[in-house]
Amino acid sequence: MLTALILIPLVGAIAVVVLGRDARAPRVIATGAAVAELAVAAVVFAGYEGAGGYAVDVSWIGALDIAYLLRVDGLSAPLVLLNGILGLAAVLVSWNVELRAREYFAWLAVLQAAVMGVFVAQDLVLFFVFWELELVPMFLLISRWGTGRREYSAMKFLVYTLAGSAFMLAAILALYFSFPGSERTFDMAALAGRDMGSLLVPGSLVFSGFLVAFAVKLPVFPLHTWLPDAHTDAPTAVSVMLAGVLLKMGGYGLLRINAGLFPDQLRDAAPLLAALAALNVLYGAFIVLRQTDLKRMVAYSSVSHMGFVVLGLASTGAAPAALDGVGLSGAALQLFTHGTITGLLFVMVGLVYERTHTRHIPDMGGLARQVPLLALGFMIAGLASLGLPTTSGFVAELLVFMGTFSVYGLATALCAFGVVLAAGYILWAAQRVLFGPRLERWDHLPDARPVDLAAMAVLIVPIFVVGVYPRLITDAFEAGLAPILRGLGAA
Amino acid sequence: MSARDLYLVSPALSLAILATALVLAGPLLRRSGAVQAVALAGLSVPLALGVSLWAGLDGAEAAFGGALVSDGLSVFLGLLVTCASALVLLASFTHAERYRPYGGEFAGLLLFSAAGLTLLAGAADLLTIYVSLELASLPVAALAAFAKGRAGGVEAGVKYLLLSAVASAVLLYGFAFLYGATGTLRLIAPDGGPTIATAVVAGHGGFAYGGSAVLVGAALAAVGFGFKLSMVPAQMWTPDVYQGAPVPVGAFLAVASKGAAFAVVLRLFTVGLGPVEADWSVLFAVLAAITMTVGNLTALAQSNLKRLLGYSTIAHAGYMLMGVAAVAANSREAGDGSLGPTAVLFYLAGYAAMNLAAFFVALAVTERTGDETIAGLAGLAKRSPVLAAALAVSAIALTGLPPTVGFVGKLFLFNAAVNTGLLWLVVVGALNGVVSAYYYLNLVRVAYLREPVSPERIGVPRTLAVALGVCVCAVLVLGVWPSGLLALARTAAAALVP
Repeated sequence: MLTALILIPLVGAIAVVVLGRDARAPRVIATGAAVAELAVAAVVFAGYEGAGGYAVDVSWIGALDIAYLLRVDGLSAPLVLLNGILGLAAVLVSWNVELRAREYFAWLAVLQAAVMGVFVAQDLVLFFVFWELELVPMFLLISRWGTGRREYSAMKFLVYTLAGSAFMLAAILALYFSFPGSERTFDMAALAGRDMGSLLVPGSLVFSGFLVAFAVKLPVFPLHTWLPDAHTDAPTAVSVMLAGVLLKMGGYGLLRINAGLFPDQLRDAAPLLAALAALNVLYGAFIVLRQTDLKRMVAYSSVSHMGFVVLGLASTGAAPAALDGVGLSGAALQLFTHGTITGLLFVMVGLVYERTHTRHIPDMGGLARQVPLLALGFMIAGLASLGLPTTSGFVAELLVFMGTFSVYGLATALCAFGVVLAAGYILWAAQRVLFGPRLERWDHLPDARPVDLAAMAVLIVPIFVVGVYPRLITDAFEAGLAPILRGLGAA
Repeated sequence: MSARDLYLVSPALSLAILATALVLAGPLLRRSGAVQAVALAGLSVPLALGVSLWAGLDGAEAAFGGALVSDGLSVFLGLLVTCASALVLLASFTHAERYRPYGGEFAGLLLFSAAGLTLLAGAADLLTIYVSLELASLPVAALAAFAKGRAGGVEAGVKYLLLSAVASAVLLYGFAFLYGATGTLRLIAPDGGPTIATAVVAGHGGFAYGGSAVLVGAALAAVGFGFKLSMVPAQMWTPDVYQGAPVPVGAFLAVASKGAAFAVVLRLFTVGLGPVEADWSVLFAVLAAITMTVGNLTALAQSNLKRLLGYSTIAHAGYMLMGVAAVAANSREAGDGSLGPTAVLFYLAGYAAMNLAAFFVALAVTERTGDETIAGLAGLAKRSPVLAAALAVSAIALTGLPPTVGFVGKLFLFNAAVNTGLLWLVVVGALNGVVSAYYYLNLVRVAYLREPVSPERIGVPRTLAVALGVCVCAVLVLGVWPSGLLALARTAAAALVP
């Protein structure tokens, strides 16, 4: 079942290349594969807890104890679902890509498979393989189908991630060789709970190796500068995937590995992480206020919102018993909700850009009259992003702040101010783009087509469902985070 | 000399016979491609003999009174050299046409060198090492100058010859120190007689020239071999020769020549100088870091494709030296000592596949367009989608990204290095991978994103396409399923670290 998660997109990619000879076939095949993938992801999400779950454990490189080990627990199941949702949305917004469509849809599917692999791999080396596998499709997608300084941005993205993963690889190997022969393993579950005090090198160094790799990906200030460039120049669907799931790989890694394997080191690093989190939130938010490019604006808002994840992690690391680790649940939920919300924001920006051919905010205005459906989607995404109750964004931020206030009051207050700024920049942007005087040059713009509505619906539904009934996702996360909390020392 | 002795060295012997036959019969084989066809058909003999030796492998077996040895390492490398030679000859089917009527010499010289390399991998004393090394080197000097009409062609040959001679002198000087200190030339003694290793153990600290004579000898030998490995400080010749020499010769140098050199370095140092390995492993660790960094940083600034590939081979020599530095003495647990040599041998085979693919793409493009610059690759995706795809696969593999053999190969090398406490070297190596990503993926970028300089399509000769296909498949298959090759490499490495 889990192997199917990885294979369906790959088979889809091959099918697109082989069968997608006429102009419309690639997108039809890609959509079929994405729907199938979402269905399997939903099944996995619904049934991972069953007896034995869906674990796969096959020796891959036996000589080095490297296994093809896949497992899904409460932490990864929602992210698997998220990847399924975003994958479908990404294909749907690419419906009008005509430039070398076969290759485009094939690479998009490979990207989805690689991300899926990251979320289900439980062997550190396999995790690393999928982590790096995602680079090539991203590099090609940005540099071939992007806009603006696309080649520069693609290379920057690649170099940043590779540099981060260089430290991760060293950390993985150091971790493996720290134990005597019979206890050596790359299995994350088996490594959890071991004493990380006396490793090959100090445990904090190994911890930092992972931290750097994940901080680049999340991204954490000051390692974030690749993100605005990559987002701005990437095609819409790739921005959706980048914001929706690729950043989540960083957050997932922080929770799974930094918190799961290194509770003591996390406790020591917590004050620093809390400070970085506040910096991330405020820095990102202030930069957003100055943006005139719609896509860059959303990109920096991602930087800002990912600060909440770090804040939740830091506070729970420092005081795991506080409110049953609700901060950590909030951080995990923020991964899911931000994936759908920012995914939707990028979809809307992409759809608007497709029609106006500009992302320059001052050039727009009054679009709510010409394209009401797009404007509606835009408003939903915006309001969810600023944390309006009944949307999922509200729940995640609320949980994070509940968990963190008693631990890092100042950092929480600063981050809460970030939410105020978010309300400011989102509403301001909406006002400038959607409302105001009607501009004649946009009169001819067509409103959303059925396929655009489908892409929007795929993302809007989870936003409201989780907003109204968050337990659907939080129950899974709480179950998945329970062992991590125990490791951190919660009662 | 017994029949058994002849059988044990038969791969090298058959290569030499085949080479002689090609040189003699070259003028008679007038039809185009005939020489290469005969050479390829003939290569099935050493290949079959190598496989049969591997199948009957039972520990180490000495031949010719201990001058040569047949063990996992020698047979593995012999097979690797034979396969690489076959692929190079296959790929240069049409290229070699321009050397008529000297096509026989071209193939013959290549195979003479291959015979020398095969012997080198099985050399069991210092003199045999030296003689095999010269047999392997001299034909290459002639081959490098084969395109003597081209600018840089003769320069490449002369440069290789002169610097090779200097390196040999340094190597011999080092051997003299080793002989003076230990009183023997032998690395392996089947009759239980004295070897360099036993002498080093017995006389530790009390040699005729003082205890440091062994280390001086080891350092000089490392520099001498460093020429073949393209190891800093003996790497200067590499880009010039790769640029001036015909592309197939560069490919042969990068893969076969480097492979055998690594085999002999592993044998001399881990077997002969094993007792003092903690001393020289530091040397190789530092040289590995410097070599890969120098190779990668200088590669960044290159605009000539062949030169770029030259610098890239320097960088990869640096990666493989990590495996040499990962010695048993420093390994975390007894029995882990073979990780380093295993990783080097695995990487050599994987590197052969990915690097040959890159060289073959360069061969196809330069052959058709005459343009050796990287800019000449512009629009390759439009002019020849097959070549562009092969270039992309090899570039991704050389960078060390999954799902290619380049990734697993590096993983094994890093693995071995961490096992022996060289975590810092792994960080250096991994960061070097980031630097290399820039220039390797730049090739992909130019091939796919730049507009072609001319709309003319680049046809690929069928023979070259087959060779390229074999390499690309190997890169991908070994990347996903490395266990088979890894098991072979382990068997071969068992000859060094039991």
